[in-house]
Amino acid sequence: MATFTLPANSRIQIGKTYKAPKGAKRVRNFKIYRWNPDDGANPSTDTYEVDLDACGPMVLDALIKIKNEVDTTLTFRRSCREGICGSCAMNIDGTNTLACLKPIEECKGDVRISPLPHMPVVKDLVPDLSQAYAQLRSIEPWLQSDTPAPPDGERLQSKEERAELDGMWECILCFCCTTACPSYWWNGDKYLGPAVLLAAYRWIADSRDERTGERLDALQDPFKLYRCHTIMNCTQTCPKGLNPAKAISQIKTLMLERAG
Amino acid sequence: MTDTREALMVARTSDGRTVRRPLSPHLQVYRPQITSAMSILHRITGVALSCGTLLLVWFLIAAVESDAAYARVAWFIGSPVGYLLMFGWSVALWYHFCNGIRHIFWDFGMGLELPQVHASGKAVLVATAVLTVLTWVVFAVVR
Repeated sequence: MATFTLPANSRIQIGKTYKAPKGAKRVRNFKIYRWNPDDGANPSTDTYEVDLDACGPMVLDALIKIKNEVDTTLTFRRSCREGICGSCAMNIDGTNTLACLKPIEECKGDVRISPLPHMPVVKDLVPDLSQAYAQLRSIEPWLQSDTPAPPDGERLQSKEERAELDGMWECILCFCCTTACPSYWWNGDKYLGPAVLLAAYRWIADSRDERTGERLDALQDPFKLYRCHTIMNCTQTCPKGLNPAKAISQIKTLMLERAG
Repeated sequence: MTDTREALMVARTSDGRTVRRPLSPHLQVYRPQITSAMSILHRITGVALSCGTLLLVWFLIAAVESDAAYARVAWFIGSPVGYLLMFGWSVALWYHFCNGIRHIFWDFGMGLELPQVHASGKAVLVATAVLTVLTWVVFAVVR
């Protein structure tokens, strides 16, 4: 259901301010969404003044600096710090991206950071992705084939067949696209969302997979696939430069083609 | 039917009490994108066109009913409010028409690369402005 305002318990209040150390020259405000399940209060926005002269270039560097030096309670996911694990996906400066790939320089004015949009919050910048993971599992994202694998090697593909998977295998499942999609915000209980549909097409397009028909059958549903209205926020926001909207369009085309 | 995501809104505190999780901000923080803005505008203009059709129906019924009924419609459409509605209707019509063509291309799997999406979006906005102005110029000349 489309609900444009936040529930009463989710409205954001003004939080604390943490001043930069004296003598800091290049100070930037980081306004960060905070929520702690233990204190019984609504979420709030805390302001951290960060001296950019003593901080790395990326938003993740600032978050780690704040956690190490200012406020150890600040909670966020991060791992690889080079855009391949997808852990630090969050809303920065109004769009979803990976904190490790987002230069602080690119943010105008205060750097506003909140969790991936329209998700249940576990704590601070950590959203609960269980729903999206369950949806990913539902499309069975693994190779399925009746033909046994050759006993002495891999299942081979031509260069052209392999090229079909370019632009899809690179997806790191950060769910920036899915949580940028208004259709997923309103109908995420039934609509699979761009990341999962991109994963679905990755297996539909794989020459070695023999379950194409069954995979399409599973998506033949008013909600799972067809809640995509080509809004294109997914492609607009993908930190890896992939195009989930195009993959979804290709699934829709296959649906039409097999309907005759 | 309840939203299955409801189950994920409940969590536990460190000492075991249940607590209701907040929903992270969405429209409140998401910066308007040309992609989503044009999409919602397509819907809004679609709804506006449906409402505008009522005006057209009123006009047609009045035209076959009587001179007096027709005069009432003509007076309303000729009033400032009527002009404003007609102008809005013409903008909505051209926007929905041009963006509809964009959607047809997308449905054929064409023009889905991001630079093309941005270019076609801007083209639709320019075409809407040009066609709307042209409509009113033609109207003024013919009248």
